[in-house]
This record gives sequence, structure tokens and C-alpha cells, in this order.
Amino acid sequence: MNSPVLEATDIHKSYGSGSGRFDALKGVSLAVRAGESVAIVGKSGSGKSTLMHILALLDQPDDGAVLVGGEDAATLRGRAVNQLRNADFGFVFQQFFLVPNATVLDNVVLPLKIAGVSGRERRERGMAALRALELDDKAKNRATNLSGGQKQRVVIARALVNNPKVIFADEPTGNLDTATGQVVEDILFTLNREQGITLIIVTHDTELAERCDRQIYLRDGRETDAPAPPNLHGHGSEGAAA
Amino acid sequence: MNTGDLLKTAVQNTFRSKLRTSLTVVAIFIGAFTLTITSAIGAGISDYIDSQLGAIGAEGVLTVNKAPDTETAAEEGPNRYDPDRATADDPFPGAPAGPGGFGAGALTVDDIEAIESTHGVTSVEPTVFVSADFITADGSDKYEISLNPVSAAIVPDLAAGAPLTNSDQNEILLPDEYLDALGFADAEDAVGATVTIGATDAVGEQHDVDVAIVGVQNTSLLPLGASINENLTDALVEVQQTGRTVDAPVGYLSAVAHLERDATDDQITSIKEDLADQGFLAQTTADQIGAFQTVISGIIGVLNAFAVIALIAAGFGIVNTLLMSVQERTREIGLMKAMGMGGGRVFGLFSSEAVFIGFLGSAIGAAAAVLAGTAISTALATSLLSGLPGLQIMLFEPSAIITVILVVMGIAFLAGTLPARRAAQQNPIDALRYE
Repeated sequence: MNSPVLEATDIHKSYGSGSGRFDALKGVSLAVRAGESVAIVGKSGSGKSTLMHILALLDQPDDGAVLVGGEDAATLRGRAVNQLRNADFGFVFQQFFLVPNATVLDNVVLPLKIAGVSGRERRERGMAALRALELDDKAKNRATNLSGGQKQRVVIARALVNNPKVIFADEPTGNLDTATGQVVEDILFTLNREQGITLIIVTHDTELAERCDRQIYLRDGRETDAPAPPNLHGHGSEGAAA
Repeated sequence: MNTGDLLKTAVQNTFRSKLRTSLTVVAIFIGAFTLTITSAIGAGISDYIDSQLGAIGAEGVLTVNKAPDTETAAEEGPNRYDPDRATADDPFPGAPAGPGGFGAGALTVDDIEAIESTHGVTSVEPTVFVSADFITADGSDKYEISLNPVSAAIVPDLAAGAPLTNSDQNEILLPDEYLDALGFADAEDAVGATVTIGATDAVGEQHDVDVAIVGVQNTSLLPLGASINENLTDALVEVQQTGRTVDAPVGYLSAVAHLERDATDDQITSIKEDLADQGFLAQTTADQIGAFQTVISGIIGVLNAFAVIALIAAGFGIVNTLLMSVQERTREIGLMKAMGMGGGRVFGLFSSEAVFIGFLGSAIGAAAAVLAGTAISTALATSLLSGLPGLQIMLFEPSAIITVILVVMGIAFLAGTLPARRAAQQNPIDALRYE
């Protein structure tokens, strides 16, 4: 249980070149153990999303290494990386990214469809995931006809459907009101507790971060030990480097 | 994603933006419709030529002429008179020009023997021009008729009855335009009936010859006249010679050489070469109509080229449609890639959409072309083209239609590669960040 599922060592990442060069990450290291819930906290421009993308193998670091289950991701071929993301990772985004004209069920089973699972099994597993999130009565609805909270539950069902080891959540409650956000948080932590799914949550919301087992604070591309004082929220470096 | 799901998804995606898809489909429809029609016209006309000009030639028959004098033919303008050139006098002044024309001179009796002794030739029939003054049936008026001098070289396109035989009975294949005039109800009615042909002898006296109709011939593209058998030819020659006091020099415009029935193309080629060495020009029926068909296929080729140009224009419509689609679905592509869909599969998804749009347009276009073409073709056959029985101006062959659809799908695939490549190369992060 204590072996790290994801390990990053001395990650550097920069965008652009010359005078327009922007260093998003300047040497970040972390290890995430199986079953943990980890919050990556920071303001806009702190590099937290970039770090999540690198951990989720959506992006490659300029320097440093990412180990997945002890294996260096840089040595994996494109197909293996795709396979890994498809089978082991689930994604929850702030913007939902639901396919608008497809049904709720079709949206949920998209990872299984990509994996090449047969139509019948897709339907069964998709319905099971929707049932877990109490959305099975909406299976035939268009995704666009749902409320924000329902949409985010659909997104979680989609992240769950392939029984992932890790769920990456980027500002999962950012588009939701407080009450609905609370419900979505509860769902995520229940999954973490009951099914042992590792959670990596990227957020600027310190309250959500507090609920995680561990917090990693980022500031200007570096990890800072000191938690940012809550009273500075919304001030300071906000927007300076975005 | 397995291939079945990929194709199904591609088809569903195509219908997401119905208006845009329909407009692109219309553009392809126009091209495919045109291409189907032009290729059907090409098929219809060449099929007609084939049936008219003798199911490509009586097998194993060569039409032999004196080869044109290459020495003088090279000169521009009229040929100089060359007293050394051995030619028989023009045997039948005023006779219509047959295949090969009169320019090359006539075949002498010696020539006929030379042709006959050529290896591979079984027999030779000199072509004799006979003319008839009129044709009449019981109780009908008298009508002018021209007779085909090279009946043996043609496999007739028959409306009824059977081809000519070598029996010692006078036989004729009646052109169908004479049916009404001679008082026959239809083609079947005429077969077996006897008609009378009138011919004038050397001193101007008319003789009647009774002839049996063994078949009725569809009107042909080339006005060759009524086909008659050898027995009738001989009978008419005899009539025409009657009263002639001076023997005219004997010469023939051309001759029909019969070969072994099962002669291969190689054998025919070597016989033609043998004859060419002896100064004869030998042609199969296929050779003779070849030039005609070349012209027709040239015209059809140009028409097809226009249709293909329309399709290429439509191809740019597909590029445009899919580029917009890729743009609109940037996030969806990013999501799919984040979830582990490979670039190759994304490429496959978008190019399948292109191919499906191509299939929709071409299948609908081809179907509409078949419906419209069949209707037009039938209408024309009974009105404007009724003078050419057997001509179905548009002939829709399943293989041609399938080819059109496949060609269009191929063009659509090519058009789809640019947008599909763009989609496949999209970086998932950029796509997910895209607002």
C-alpha cells in the first residue's frame, strides 16, 4: 500500500523561448502513494495545472523524470502511454468536457469505447457507474440538458467507468455552487476511502485542499513549505504570470 | 477504439451538423450524378456500336483491299498519274465508296488468287457491287433499295429472324424501315415472306428476282444497305451481265477473306502481315470500327473529365467542412486523446467521416442518375432517337456505378487527410485549454 503509484523528481517545464520564456515549473519533486489523496494547491500561474498534466502523462517535462509504478514514463512508447492513461487514469475537469449532443450514457462509456470494449459490456459498466452516482435515470438524456452538479457527476462517472487507479481532478468544484460542490467533493472522497482510488486534486480552494491527506503548495513553479495564509486569497501574485 | 465503433462514431458525427453535411453532400452529389450519367452514355453508345457493327465482326473474316500507294500518298494534293501502276479499270463507276475507298485501286483476279493462297486463308469472296432498282412485296408500291456489298463481313443486328445462309435460295435481311412501306405488320410478320427485287441489265431491260426474307435488320448507324446472301448476289450479277457484249476488265474493290473459325489474334495478325507484304490492306471488322470508337471514347473521356473536375471542387468542400468540424470539436479531440485515444485512431475517425460524406453524396448521386437517366433514355428511345432502334443512350452498368462511388470515396479520403491530420496532431493539453 505504501509503494508510490506516481513519482516525480526534479521536474522542470518552461514554455516559449527568449524573452517570452516562461518557466512554469522549476524543479518540483513529489511521490504519491496508492490510496492517498493529494491536493496540489496554488494560485493561477503557480504551475499546478502543468504539474498535473505532467503527472497524468499528458505532457512531458523538459527535465526530470516521472515514474509510474516504478517505471520511467519517458521510456514508454506513445501507445503504451495511451494505454496507461486509458486503463489506469480517470479525469475530472472543471469545464466538464461532455460531448454535447451525445447521451449521458454515451459520454460515460467514452473511455471504454476508446479501450475497444464491446457494446454490451460498455452499456453494463456505464450503467453501473451511473447507478453509483444516482444518475441511472438520466442515462438517455442529452448531456446538455443537465444541471451543473449533474454534469459533474456524469464526469465523475466517466472517470470511474474504467476502474482507474488514479483520478486526476482539475478544479472539480470550480464551476459549481457551494452546496453542489460539497456533494461532488463527498463523492470523490468516498471513492478514495471505499475503493482505494488515488486522488490528485488540483485546486486553489484551500478548504477542499484541507480535506486531502496531504497538500503540496506551489508558488511560481516551486514547492513552498509554508501554506499560503487564507487571508491572502485573491491578492498578491494572482494573474501576474498567467 | 475498435474499427466498428470507429466507423459508427464517424457516421454519427457526420449527422451532428446536418446543414453543413447536407451542403457538402449536395456538391458531391452533382459531381457523382454527372460522372454516372457520362459514363452511362459512354457505355450506351459503345454497346450500340458493338451491336450495330457486328458483335465485333464476323469471327475469322478479313476485309482485304489493295494497300494505298505509300509513295504517292506521302505527297500533298492530288496523286500524280502513274502509268506503271497496275490497276484494273474502275469496275463499277458510280458505285458507292465502300470501306477503304477507291483511291488504292481495285483487286485483280490474280490478286484474289494471291490472297486465297496466303497461308491461313480458307476462302475468298470478292466484293461485287450489285444494285437493285426497287424492292416490292405483294400489292405494295415499289421502293428504292441499296444492297450491302460486304454482307459477309458483318454480323447483323437482327430484330427478328435468322442470319443469312449459304443456301442456293435467294435471301435478304430486310432493313426495318421497309416494314411499313412493304405492308408488314411487324418484324416477325416479314420473316419468311417473299419480296421481289428489280434489277436492270446491260441493255436497260428490267428483270424481277424473287427473294425470301430470312430476317429483319435494325437500322444501323452506317447506311450499308440490305444484306443479301451469295446466291442472290450471283443472281443479280447474272441479271446485270445480261446483254453485255464486250467483256469489261474484271476487278474488285475489295474481297472478304475467310479464316479458320478458331484463329487466334496472333494468327490473324500474322495473316495480316503476310497480306501486307503482298501489297494488300487487310482489316478485321474491329479494325474498321476502331477509329470510330476512338472518337466516341475521346468525347466521353472529355465529359468524364468535366465531371471529375466537379468532384475535385466538391473535394475542397469536404476539406472545408471537416476543418470547421475539427475546429469545433477541438476539446472533444483533446478529451479523447487524454483518455488514451491514439493519433492514428483520431485520424481514422476524421477520414472515415470524409469517406462517409463522399459515400453519401456519390450513392445518392448515382441512384438519382440511374433514375433520371433511365427515364430520359426511355423517353428519347421512343421520340428523338426512335430512328435508331436498339439504341439505349444511357446504359447503367453496376460495375461502372460501383467504380464511380469508389472513385468519389477515394477523392473524399484524400480531401479528408488534411483536416484529419490536423486533428490527429492536436496536443491534448492545448485542446483542453482551448476556449
